[in-house]
Amino acid sequence: MKLTLTEEQQFLKDTAQSFARDKTPVTHFRELRDSENSQCWDESVWKEMVDLGWSGILVPEKFGGSEFGIAGISVIMQELGKTLTPSPILSTSVLGVSALNMLGSDEQKKNYLPKIVAGELTTALAIDEGNHHNPFAIEAAAVLDGDKWVLNGKKVFVVDGASADIILLVARTSGKSGESNGISVFVANKDSAGLDITKISTADSRNYANIEMSDLKLDQNALIGEKDLAGETLEKILDLGRIAISAEMLGNTEEAFEVTVNYLKERKQFGVQIGSFQALQHRAAKMFCEIELTKSAVIAAMHAADENSNELERLSSLAKFQAGETLHLVSNEAIQMHGGIGVTDEYDIGFYLKRARVAEQIFGTSEFHQARYADISGF
Amino acid sequence: MDNLDQFRLEVREWLEDNCPPSMRTPMVPEEEVWGGRNAKYVNPESKLWLDRMGEKGWTAPNIPKEYGGGGLDRDQTKVLHQELHRIKARQPLNSFGIWMLAPCIIEFGSEEQKLEHIPKIIKGEIRWCQGYSEPGSGSDLASLSTKAEDMGDHYLVNGQKVWTSYADKADWIFALVRTGPKEPKHNGISFLLIDMATEGVSTKPITLISGKSPFCETFFDNVKAPKNNLVGVENSGWTIAKKLLQHERNFISNFGLAGGGTGSGADVVNIAKKYLGEMNGQIANASHRENITMHKMKEHAFGLTLQRSGDEGAKASAASSMFKYYGTEHNKTRYELMIAAMGNKGLGWTNEGFSDDEQAITKAWLRTKANSIEGGTSEVQLNVISRRVLDLPN
Repeated sequence: MKLTLTEEQQFLKDTAQSFARDKTPVTHFRELRDSENSQCWDESVWKEMVDLGWSGILVPEKFGGSEFGIAGISVIMQELGKTLTPSPILSTSVLGVSALNMLGSDEQKKNYLPKIVAGELTTALAIDEGNHHNPFAIEAAAVLDGDKWVLNGKKVFVVDGASADIILLVARTSGKSGESNGISVFVANKDSAGLDITKISTADSRNYANIEMSDLKLDQNALIGEKDLAGETLEKILDLGRIAISAEMLGNTEEAFEVTVNYLKERKQFGVQIGSFQALQHRAAKMFCEIELTKSAVIAAMHAADENSNELERLSSLAKFQAGETLHLVSNEAIQMHGGIGVTDEYDIGFYLKRARVAEQIFGTSEFHQARYADISGF
Repeated sequence: MDNLDQFRLEVREWLEDNCPPSMRTPMVPEEEVWGGRNAKYVNPESKLWLDRMGEKGWTAPNIPKEYGGGGLDRDQTKVLHQELHRIKARQPLNSFGIWMLAPCIIEFGSEEQKLEHIPKIIKGEIRWCQGYSEPGSGSDLASLSTKAEDMGDHYLVNGQKVWTSYADKADWIFALVRTGPKEPKHNGISFLLIDMATEGVSTKPITLISGKSPFCETFFDNVKAPKNNLVGVENSGWTIAKKLLQHERNFISNFGLAGGGTGSGADVVNIAKKYLGEMNGQIANASHRENITMHKMKEHAFGLTLQRSGDEGAKASAASSMFKYYGTEHNKTRYELMIAAMGNKGLGWTNEGFSDDEQAITKAWLRTKANSIEGGTSEVQLNVISRRVLDLPN
């Protein structure tokens, strides 16, 4: 496994870089935040991403996708992360597509994947139920009643849950909370009776929802994959999501760092550029090192995913851990090094801090992944 | 089968025939090979292994064949290392000559110097040491004052070097000397090769906080060095010095990561399980386990970064500063975690109450404190990153 990008991946990255620079600079996010747009992402921008093929990066060719892999979508998300571009790319192009493609029947794939590629359908994966990511702690229950599945329970902090056309609901069909066995995935239209979706308001001004299922009745073909047996595949789907968001977080980090280093060169106090102070230089140099480590962890994880490596779990946890630690550090230092203007809403750097903490939570914090890595490694 | 696969088969076959059985067992410190005129071989197979590898030029695989190297390209070198690793072959030769000097002679030396010195380095016939630091010139290396006066056919060298590793065992020294006393400090330095057997050269060992060390002070008292031993142009030795430091940094950071150079390749997880106990196969103490996991994850990411740098075809000097900084700080942490996990067993000094392995770890812990000082302190590396990579102002 070479830790470099292929020409194809480099091309996708360059395209995404121009896109983010030209179409969605940080002002785009600011306008959305200050607007009445409740879904927190822009339809026309998403349409353009779809036209570039980004909705179908993970979709098999026979369903209209390009199969450019996790590496392909990760480098795009890295670039979009630099300008904090909001879009349903994680929830739909990574999680929705992976869940449907890895768990679904041919008919289900045929039914959903081409629509996702065409931009006609967005999705959300509803998994977490508590204050912390814990993928097998599923209490939401699905029982078969006659020819209908009946679901009851709640989901929290569902990424893009407030706008998705269909929700992929993770529910328990047997066993007890904490067990990998007995987990199943269902698909429901957002306006199904018994499905109550409430948008929550978060610090990063993005789209998340809490979801209540009260006697939500679904047809038998709403079950995606085999009953009870989704647990293991779900872990893999989550790993892909973790890698993709790690790439986005790397992009957040790179930009926050660059903006900060530039500020150190511009800002003068005591008659000199503050970047000439060694107290700041050394902190900047240490951040540089951590960013280099993050790049390596992310690129190794995305290639591992595409090569179906048996190191995927460990590398995915390493990537999310390292991306989280580094973004945490850089987002804090960025504010401190900007001084007073760093804590004003007028300045963009605060957006990176707010986004950072939310992204750190999604699919497991550094603490979560540290524990997971230790278990997998036998420490 | 492509050429590389073919090469791999050839290497495998050659190693099978030529790597002596005892050279496939874990290295023991007293059998480490550094070569040189006065080398003693506790195990005769060490000498055999060195001679065979030296003859192939595989002690320095990427140096061109005309100078006695292996003449291998990057991919072939990687294959050779993989195959050596596969049979757990010992390092045939430790050599400052190979790690630091040879690349600089190739880049800056005369054809005559290349043909004279490099083959002997590669075969382990001549052992080199490094004369850089002086008592008054540590981080501010360019302020060095050992002077070399032009006496027509030779330089007359007077002064003192410090931290010269293995000066008491080396045959030759590559030294930075001041040839231009009136020039601005960086512009009056030359890179000079001096035979340690020359009259007026003397050495004295230095004892460290960890005990005995390979470090020495080296004194030059009216030492005559022939002028054709000057590498590059007079007064432009600083460029060579910097280049050599990059090679040194890479070496130190790689060495640190591998757990070498510190007397013990002990794994922190195994140590923790042994001294803290196991519970369900895990390190029994939660906070130690957490600290160690953090450390191991950083190590993993750092290892991937070294790999990525290789895959990208590492170029920048800044990368070597990063590796030197991160690798040595990381190594210090490793030993702190190790002795912490060992509790009072990590604090032994002699064999009264402590096993050999335990003492070795304690000594190694103390020795790692020098890792982030030697070869440019961590603070100097951070300065290099700030200035050269981030382009922050002076």
